Amino acid sequence: MTALTGAVVPRKYLPVLVTAGLFLAMFIAGGTRYEGFFSAQVVLNVFIDNAFLLVVAVGMTFVILTGGIDLSVGSMVALATMVAAVLLNAGWPPVAVIVVVLLIGAGLGLGMGCMIHFFEIQPFIATLAGMFLARGLCYTIGTDSIPITDPTFTAAAQTQVPLGGELWISPSVLIAVAVVGIAAYVLHQTRFGRTVYATGGNEQSARLMGLPVARTKLGVYTISGFCSALGGLLLAFYMLSGYGLHAVGLELDAIAAVVIGGTLLTGGSGFLIGTVLGVLILGLIQTVISFQGTLSSWWTKIFVGLLLGAFILLQRVISGRKK
Amino acid sequence: MNRRLLWPAVVLALLLLLNLFFTPGFLSIEVKDGHFYGSLIDILRFGAPLVLVSLGMTLVIATGGIDLSVGSVVAISGALACLAISEGTGVFAAVALAVAVALVLGAFNGFLVAVVGIQPIVATLILMVAGRGLAQLITDGQIITVTDASFKVIGGGYLFMLPFGILLALVVLAATVFLTRRLALGLLIESVGGNAEASRLAGLRSRGILITVYAFAALCAGIAGVMVASNVSSADGNNAGLWIELDAILAVVIGGTLLTGGRFSLGGTVLGALVIQTLTTTIYSIGVPPETTLLFKALVVAAVCLLQSAAFRSKVFPQRERPAARPAAKDTTEVAR
Repeated sequence: MTALTGAVVPRKYLPVLVTAGLFLAMFIAGGTRYEGFFSAQVVLNVFIDNAFLLVVAVGMTFVILTGGIDLSVGSMVALATMVAAVLLNAGWPPVAVIVVVLLIGAGLGLGMGCMIHFFEIQPFIATLAGMFLARGLCYTIGTDSIPITDPTFTAAAQTQVPLGGELWISPSVLIAVAVVGIAAYVLHQTRFGRTVYATGGNEQSARLMGLPVARTKLGVYTISGFCSALGGLLLAFYMLSGYGLHAVGLELDAIAAVVIGGTLLTGGSGFLIGTVLGVLILGLIQTVISFQGTLSSWWTKIFVGLLLGAFILLQRVISGRKK
Repeated sequence: MNRRLLWPAVVLALLLLLNLFFTPGFLSIEVKDGHFYGSLIDILRFGAPLVLVSLGMTLVIATGGIDLSVGSVVAISGALACLAISEGTGVFAAVALAVAVALVLGAFNGFLVAVVGIQPIVATLILMVAGRGLAQLITDGQIITVTDASFKVIGGGYLFMLPFGILLALVVLAATVFLTRRLALGLLIESVGGNAEASRLAGLRSRGILITVYAFAALCAGIAGVMVASNVSSADGNNAGLWIELDAILAVVIGGTLLTGGRFSLGGTVLGALVIQTLTTTIYSIGVPPETTLLFKALVVAAVCLLQSAAFRSKVFPQRERPAARPAAKDTTEVAR
């Protein structure tokens, strides 16, 4: 069996295939257990409810592929919703608000990238400071939830894009899918993407090969900051409010999604499609728990923890055999 | 004074001076009702759980690892102790149960890291995520309140005129210092942190040391969890020990222990934990609006980390460093300044 799969598919695709298989298995198991689970709309709802997480996890994938980590994403998402809500209430046009929010996200990401690259502060600590900073900025702006009443944002929240039949998705899903598409292209088809993998594989070697490691490291944290801000905007569409307590612990979900998707935290190995599947699995766990109805919310955490453990062991088995 | 401890000590002194400037009687300690009272005592008392968790974290980081699960262990142990007491178990047995479970959880982390060979950050992420759920499962999502006078002593009582929590933290600190500095354990830990494979080839039982260290970190977190639960006489699976792992890691880093492993400084860690606790106290006592607490913390953390970064110092104050700039290649066994 293993010899067969080893021969048919390259080993590097194995984690992603296992993740995909697990997703299908969960979906089929849910379908046989629960009434009304077996519909395409259930899958689409997972996308609708997790569009912001998907975008954030895409940014996280870039960072983790270089062997770094970004703990600040959850706070950045909250900051984005907060800034958007305040500026919209101050009467700014939505387009200007969106541009400003994205610039803030990319700027803070770049700042953390600078701390990490030029001053050699570990990514964990630098982004931890970023996490405190962004959350602190949120509370400084305001401690209450600020409603968003702007027509553009409410339209984005309520529009249903029909997909034929009874199926529909939200505009946020379109944006998230576009982000995934662009990111997949950048990561797998461009020089920058190759450098990301090379830096994560071995930074020293990449530098000796003359690859622009500095630019790449600054780049991935900027991308992660940008994606967090965009994810924050999508969350603002979804919740129609800005609040400093939005997205607490989101960084863990994003990291978990990336790991479940088969990307190694040591960097250099993984695929964007894995991250997408990771987000879908996290979403599907929540769907199953809501369908079950009797399970309390903390079971989500326990299941996610168990899944994480299972996947990491699996990766360990696969990579262990490679040696 | 050891140069490694210089910056955290300077920051701590500055914070205390800042307090003295805003609150003239800040440093005074008086005796009321036969106990010591004062802001400094409060800092020590509220900082005791963080000091405990940070001590365990120091040893984990010294082996080149990291333990993200300590916050969840704090919640689990507090929840277990309170649940057991509310169901009629004696205080001693309840605390022993909580600490024993914490020890088992730590050994599980150590097993994943040392035997299965999973990266520490991922291995402990599992328990960090699942453990928070387990703690809520134990408390059934409620806050368990206990009204046992002898349980209250651990986090809120006094012994020899001092808060019991401070003494407990001091005992653990003394035990840790003895084990790592008087016995060979500290040397072995540094050796594993410097190069685990080389240590194994040199005949050290790296696996056993790693498991011991993770179990110790969880043990410290377990004691801290009981202390936190006792102080508020209740267990909250959702919020107890939330983000304490981040504060503990910060305390260790501020204390001058490198995240890459190798040398560690227990004194630095205690200083680091006190810096963080003093920062929190300062924010309240000098009247910085509580909303900006995190902002203030971010700035101080960034400042301390930048000051400790050799790269930052050589770029910003070039003339004060050694003439030849430090080479970028890092040697993990290098003594941190």
